[in-house]
Amino acid sequence: MRYILHSDCNGFFASVECLHNPEIRNKPVAVCGDTDMRHGIILAKNEIAKQYNIKTGEAIWQAVEKCPELVTVKPHFDRYIRFSKETTRIYSDYSDRIEPFGIDESWIDLTGCVNSFEEAQAVAEQIRKRVKYELGITVSIGVSFNKIFAKLGSDYKKPDAVTLITDKNYKDIVWKLPVEDLLNVGRSTKTKLNSIGVFTIGQLANFPYPILKSNFGKWADILHMFSNGLDMSPVKALGFVNLPKSIGNSTTTCRDMKNYEDAKIVMNVLADSVCRRMREQGLSATTVTVSLRDTTLMTITRQCKIETTDISCEVLSAALKLIKENYRFDKPLRSIGISLSDFKPKLEPQQLSLLRDEKKRTRQSALDSSIDILKKRFGSYCVRPAVLLADRSLSGFSPKEEHTVHPVGYFS
Amino acid sequence: MKQYISVTARFDEDGNLLPLKIHWNDGRSFEIDKVTDIRYAASLKAGGAGLRYTCRIAGAEKYLFLEENRWFVDARG
Ligand SMILES: [Mg+2]
Repeated sequence: MRYILHSDCNGFFASVECLHNPEIRNKPVAVCGDTDMRHGIILAKNEIAKQYNIKTGEAIWQAVEKCPELVTVKPHFDRYIRFSKETTRIYSDYSDRIEPFGIDESWIDLTGCVNSFEEAQAVAEQIRKRVKYELGITVSIGVSFNKIFAKLGSDYKKPDAVTLITDKNYKDIVWKLPVEDLLNVGRSTKTKLNSIGVFTIGQLANFPYPILKSNFGKWADILHMFSNGLDMSPVKALGFVNLPKSIGNSTTTCRDMKNYEDAKIVMNVLADSVCRRMREQGLSATTVTVSLRDTTLMTITRQCKIETTDISCEVLSAALKLIKENYRFDKPLRSIGISLSDFKPKLEPQQLSLLRDEKKRTRQSALDSSIDILKKRFGSYCVRPAVLLADRSLSGFSPKEEHTVHPVGYFS
Repeated sequence: MKQYISVTARFDEDGNLLPLKIHWNDGRSFEIDKVTDIRYAASLKAGGAGLRYTCRIAGAEKYLFLEENRWFVDARG
């Protein structure tokens, strides 16, 4: 029997902000992107704001309509990263197999450290109390025999609670939950499952496998395994980082982008930030994707293959080419984004190209690394291409520091 | 109100950091007579979290917090 915890910080960003501001602790609080920017949305809310039905991702004005006395605060990502590390410090007193999932969730494998669910539950209670005492925020923890059920457990009762899901009681707890609570069952899978009469995880677990298979193909195995508690995926040891599927960034600008030159300024900043993040991870990309959203909020997404690279100017020129070939600026653009994918580790031997000027590329690469070091020490604004000075209302943001932390995928 | 203060501290040969004297922003300073407890804790009154030193200063017990590399004082209890 495996013993696995899943610990989830409750209203993480909002809890950290409330800890630091005692005067707002008993008020409805939401952490938002800059309030006077029009892309201001709710990033997180505290328990009190939750009672007003305020949702993560909605616009600030919508939230204020529901709750006029809502206190909005700006995010402090440096604090969240520090508190995230502090939770890991506590978890690592109990196991070295800690796998983070996003910034505020982790699996902790206690197999071999405890010998029963009672002992695992006792450790969970201890972690819950320590996080509250040492960090002033709360966690909810699921205790189970696989990662999927442990995650369901951390969601089952919150805040500041522990839920035990054993091989004896999982049918009473997990099987009664709606099927969309299962990790990776999104809206389209839910709709498809509902249409064949599957509404609960229990119904999914007991659904005739061949029919499931004919409807969902390979995906059916995962649905079947997850719902029956047969997921065997291990909790990865701390420090083991998956290759990301994609690294991306997008922004809504302070004023609309009226022409290609405007878009070029913004894309310069975005491409630089995603390339720096890619290099930090020691990766090179082979696919560039650009997304463009106009003033009517219509979005187009275009991608192209590139020769494996981590050089900023090569990524940038691929992105700009995509914009030029696919958008004529009939309508101004409100936001643009870029993402890189299909990564190769940088250390992998590279095929030198006859068509590329490899000498020049080596110099570009060295330039990028020097600028990375400068920016790390002196901030994103210390070295900038001159094009960014053309219009500071378009270039005056620093996405690498400000990018929101996106939850990662289970299979990534 | 959370206010960071200046602290004189000493690293011992094992790398432990021990505060010796606090300096209020108004210029007064006080010796720390004794550190009776060190543990990680949240400070709910001042608002923060860090390594908490329970100190006896001029006959009174105070919490001195080390938050990353800055110090602040929180009333006890
Ligand atoms: Mg959470």
